Amino acid sequence: MMLGIIVFFLLASLLFYVIFGGADFGAGILELIARKKDSARTQELTYRALGPVWEANHMWLILAVVILFVGFPQAYAILSTHLHIPLMIMLLGIVLRGTMFIFRHYDAVKDGSQIWYARLFAWSSFLTPLFLGMILGGTILGQIDLEANSFFEAYLAPWLNGFSIWLGLFFCLVSAFLASIFLTIESRQESEKHQLSRKAFQINVLMFGMGGIGLVGAGFFDTNINLAAGVLHHYWEGYQGWLVMGVGSLLWGATQYCLFTNKYSIARILGVGEVSVVLLGWIWLQHPAMIIFKDGTNLSLTQAAAPDATLMSLGWALIIGSVLIFPALFYLFKVFKQ
Amino acid sequence: MTDLLAARMQMAVSLGFHIVFACIGMVMPFLMAAAHWRYLKTGREIYKQLSLSWAKGVAIFFATGAVSGTVLSFELGTLWPEFMKHAGPIFGMPFSLEGTAFFIEAIALGIFLYGWGKINRWVHFGSGIVVGISGVLSGILVVAANGWMNSPTGFEGDLLSGNVYNIDPIAAMFNAAWFSQALHMTLAAFVATGFAVAGVHAFQLLKHPNSEFHRIAMTIAMIFGSVAALLQPISGDISAKDVANRQPAKLAAMEAHFETEKGADLLIGGIPYEEEGVVRYGIHIPNALSFLAFGDFDAEVVGLNDIPKEEHPPVAVTHFAFQIMVGAGSLLMLLAVIFLWWRWRRKDIAWPGWFLKVLAAATPLGFIAVEAGWTVTEVGRQPWIIYGVMKTSEALTPMPGLVWSFGITTTVYVLLSLMVIWLMRRQIRVVNQSFEPANPKS
Repeated sequence: MMLGIIVFFLLASLLFYVIFGGADFGAGILELIARKKDSARTQELTYRALGPVWEANHMWLILAVVILFVGFPQAYAILSTHLHIPLMIMLLGIVLRGTMFIFRHYDAVKDGSQIWYARLFAWSSFLTPLFLGMILGGTILGQIDLEANSFFEAYLAPWLNGFSIWLGLFFCLVSAFLASIFLTIESRQESEKHQLSRKAFQINVLMFGMGGIGLVGAGFFDTNINLAAGVLHHYWEGYQGWLVMGVGSLLWGATQYCLFTNKYSIARILGVGEVSVVLLGWIWLQHPAMIIFKDGTNLSLTQAAAPDATLMSLGWALIIGSVLIFPALFYLFKVFKQ
Repeated sequence: MTDLLAARMQMAVSLGFHIVFACIGMVMPFLMAAAHWRYLKTGREIYKQLSLSWAKGVAIFFATGAVSGTVLSFELGTLWPEFMKHAGPIFGMPFSLEGTAFFIEAIALGIFLYGWGKINRWVHFGSGIVVGISGVLSGILVVAANGWMNSPTGFEGDLLSGNVYNIDPIAAMFNAAWFSQALHMTLAAFVATGFAVAGVHAFQLLKHPNSEFHRIAMTIAMIFGSVAALLQPISGDISAKDVANRQPAKLAAMEAHFETEKGADLLIGGIPYEEEGVVRYGIHIPNALSFLAFGDFDAEVVGLNDIPKEEHPPVAVTHFAFQIMVGAGSLLMLLAVIFLWWRWRRKDIAWPGWFLKVLAAATPLGFIAVEAGWTVTEVGRQPWIIYGVMKTSEALTPMPGLVWSFGITTTVYVLLSLMVIWLMRRQIRVVNQSFEPANPKS
């Protein structure tokens, strides 16, 4: 029972981090790909939209990590050992973008240094989700080998591979997509709204293509030949996979339709739904496995779970915490968001 | 450099960096709220400007503290996975609560920073207070987790083999060390931040003697710092007695106390020679150590010679760090007494130049004490990561080449520190331009 509640909070923090943290990353990626003449305006919009919720969006990651190391210590220990290197790079990205965003905004003197803050912010906004996706890829791909002898096998192979890079780039697209559908609503100029929604539309097409390549590729390749196929073939087995793909595609189509017809508010809800289905659908297909190992075994949620007494106190801490956090968060969004 | 040393150094750099930002993030909101309160009461623009200026500082320090704290929550695993695997379920309770406190702090900060003119002014004022309170709570909770590493409780069985039963996360959170450590750290945060902020404004007052802005700022910061500095010795005494009872090896290393004896001397200064087991050039105060540690001039204090050699902490580092902490703390307490006495006797009279100079010179002193204090508690706990239960070497990640991640972490943090200092200088320059005595806007 308590394990269920804790898993619920873990999923919620993961989902909210992907959505809100993702939108934060995406804002940086949009700056990276924005044309020079638009960049000042993009920056202004980013501040107005992200400033008030900047720190709060970041907290979901902290919550997820704490739940992981208190509630599932074994999983935390394995991941942080074998994914040490991508975690460090991701952290470097988080540190750089977190500080540069604030420095750029609060530097009392606006001079040439602004360009450097902007550059570092934009590039680290790309680096962070890339490596976050790679870490996720390493967790589920099945290349973690607890008995590995060489440095490469133990600390590089789990995440330095085609599938993880594919997932990392996919997450960058997701981030940029979320940012553009959110910013479309925040923007106060019609032309800018139009531009952003068109961008969201294009990125969503890319996402579909990239997801499709992975899924179709997995359908064609035998699991023994292609590692990624070993993960993605979940989608082609049984009705669950079809259900996830079906609902995802429907939401995708509906989002695109709303973006095309300028129904921005509905597009935002549908777009968030689309991303949520991709993430939660995957977790549903994979559960109860948490980490998949090279020998084909996995570490399941129940195996990794901490003793009951710990789950009890962690669960209550989360319940009490959410009673405090959600109203406060609601108020924050109510004051600063439409 | 061995992997163990690299990992320890990386942890030290990460903690040493984070603690500065964490302290400022805890205390500055109170300073900001105090100025805000004066503004709401008096309606004078200068208080609002002060609150706004400090709020900018809070935003910069909080953001840096938040990301460096995130780094730490991952480093616990990337560097010490064995420790987290076994200890996480036992001592994780304060972290689970801290997640909430930190979250509330972040939300309240967003409301405070961006809420000017948008929300009811008392709700706005309240949000600033909430930032401070939840920040202090976060700090207390994290320190409670550290307390568990010094006095592990709340479980039975053998932690190393994973054969643990009767886990009690609440008992682990309220371990024997939590209160003394949390009290000492919270007061230290107020002392360090109060004096650092006051020092910066004192320096500006030397350059702009008629600036009302800097005078007000310095006074508010000094009141917070001074009150905390006067309370700190009480907390230090509680801590000393606590350490003496629970961690005799740490106390012995702090005092470089080699021979077990009754009526032990307090040692001030001195250079410990660990191999020979002697201290040279120190000042001895007869029986004072026994009294300070146990409240009895004739109490027996265990020396390092009666503790197995492989369980000795590095004596010289612990001893020097302790001397630095006590020295810096005492100096600040002296300044606090002078300040409070002066203010009580001669309100509203301009501060003499020498006092401003001393305050300006003392800007980093509180933080030096904080860093030294953490060195005492962390190095003094070695070779244990969980006192008496797990050695630091047993917790280390199997990944080789940690010197690289130590190097990168250090480089990034050094650059960020320089940047933050540079940003603060720019803030102050702009503030001075808008508050030039020749052109007072207030």
